[in-house]
Amino acid sequence: MAKANAVSVKKDKKITWKEIKRQKALLIISFIVVVYGVIFYYLPLAGWLMAFENYKPAKGIFHSQFVGLAKFKFLFSDVTFLRVIRNTFAMGVINLVTGTVMSILFALLLNEVRQRGVKKVIQTISYLPHFLSWIIVTGILHDALSASGIVNDLLLRGNIVDQAINFFAKPIYFWPIVAFANVWKETGWGAIVYLSAITAIDPCLYEAAAIDGAGRFQKMKYITLPCIKPTIMIILLINIGNVLNAGFEVQYLLGNGLIKSVSETIDIYVLKWGISQNDYSLGTAAGIFKSAVSIALIVIFNTWAKRRGESRLF
Amino acid sequence: MKTKKLHGGDLVFAIVLVIFMTVFVVVTLYPVINTVAKGFNDGIDAVRGGIYLWPRKFSLKNYQTVFGMQNLLTGAKITVLRTVIGTLASLFINALLAFVVSRERFLFKRGLSLFWVITMYVNGGLIPTFVLYKSLHLTNSFYVYVVPGLISAWNMLVMRTYMEGLPASLEESAQLDGAGYMTIFFKITAPLCKPVFATIALFVAVWQWNSWFDAMIYNRLKTEYTTLQYELMKLLASVMQQSGSAESAKNSTNTITPVTIRSAATVVTMLPIVMLYPFLQRYFITGLTIGGVKE
Repeated sequence: MAKANAVSVKKDKKITWKEIKRQKALLIISFIVVVYGVIFYYLPLAGWLMAFENYKPAKGIFHSQFVGLAKFKFLFSDVTFLRVIRNTFAMGVINLVTGTVMSILFALLLNEVRQRGVKKVIQTISYLPHFLSWIIVTGILHDALSASGIVNDLLLRGNIVDQAINFFAKPIYFWPIVAFANVWKETGWGAIVYLSAITAIDPCLYEAAAIDGAGRFQKMKYITLPCIKPTIMIILLINIGNVLNAGFEVQYLLGNGLIKSVSETIDIYVLKWGISQNDYSLGTAAGIFKSAVSIALIVIFNTWAKRRGESRLF
Repeated sequence: MKTKKLHGGDLVFAIVLVIFMTVFVVVTLYPVINTVAKGFNDGIDAVRGGIYLWPRKFSLKNYQTVFGMQNLLTGAKITVLRTVIGTLASLFINALLAFVVSRERFLFKRGLSLFWVITMYVNGGLIPTFVLYKSLHLTNSFYVYVVPGLISAWNMLVMRTYMEGLPASLEESAQLDGAGYMTIFFKITAPLCKPVFATIALFVAVWQWNSWFDAMIYNRLKTEYTTLQYELMKLLASVMQQSGSAESAKNSTNTITPVTIRSAATVVTMLPIVMLYPFLQRYFITGLTIGGVKE
């Protein structure tokens, strides 16, 4: 039935003057948004040319000196850039893993809270940090981890350390701090999709498991978790494509000169060279590298998911 | 015997659950409450430390100071403006676009959708975008907060999915009555889409309210177009010693702002959103669910 419908719709789609006239309003809107889209989303792609030339603002994109791959060669011989790639990947992967695990864990456990009122309150609280800007979150975190902050306070009181730790002066603390910041901000928000997937699970499965003598933990492990696996896969695929994009705000706001060897990411590198040093060409080249890797990651993992018969993006 | 053993397992599970949730709630709320407490505490007294959940020496002076800071007031004004204008404009245009691509008979339905989906995966990056805005004279102006973010493919797709779920019979009967597409949009589709409009409005408004990067990159030289978050960043950066990034070293002032004033400014900046979001929960939950399924 649905198929027959689709066919008839297809037939109606023959382009006739009458149809075009009837769709005039739609066509005008389309034209306007396409012009807008070309300017704001597609035109910057032409800017990628800058990466292959020695771009001088005065000469413009089309008259600057063409240098081929020189900028890319410089990038990959720059120790700082290689370190920046490492940092971006490391923090991206750590954040992806900790963020996903915490969101799923939180969703699974919140689902087990029986009192509706309590559940609602906890959930509402869990969203709060998502709505705060990174400026606020990093500010709060900076206070909490300062010499007189709550973390050092607890560590000193518990006699775990005998001197306040300066968390922002030693490189080893930085990646865990960034991971914690992400988990703190996004766990509740990330859990929303999993929670809604959980509500879609057929209650019969739980009843059957209860008859077989399964406890709450077993039900969670053998029913809830497998049932939300397709959702987990989709969200994971979306986030893998964003691994390199997640490396700016926190690192920029929390980093400092003492720990820049571990805090600087590709985006910060682009900002430093491109905007502060006015080397647009180098900044663009680094940006292209990031885009290329992101797209490659999406395609690779999507193909992998397809092979394994899992849910996928496209 | 068997049931008793299971009961024991479930008891352990219940205890773990209570501990996890308690820790979660405390860790989430404590830093926020602590910031509020410091904001209401006397500045000199706070230097001694030891303020946890409640101010020790109550004072409103920090808020008086904050509300007397001209840069924060200008920032607040611009932030409110960009949030209101940006949200309304973006909602209207995304809704129109979603309406167009959700029309079953529209000639370029697939093509136009694809045109926008591509923008989700491919973009020029910071520098080409910067060069573009500069040549369009969007830098050093208020428009840079509103114009570039007008259409978002993700928001559009969420609205499209919602509109596709509406009964087609409504549109058909209106068409038989001779209604054009615009009449259908304003009289039939838009009123039915209120829930998804609320969702998208919330997402855009939060994004607008919390943005700071555009103010720093494009409007650094124009103090009259500064935003609340950017001013807060400069205030907080005074203690964060961000010597690492050249950009913020340029921005940060050398004076250190007392912790109580920083806390008060933080509270002012987060207050509107913290007050609003609990009442909008069902909207963002629907939005995320549609978005997650659609992607």
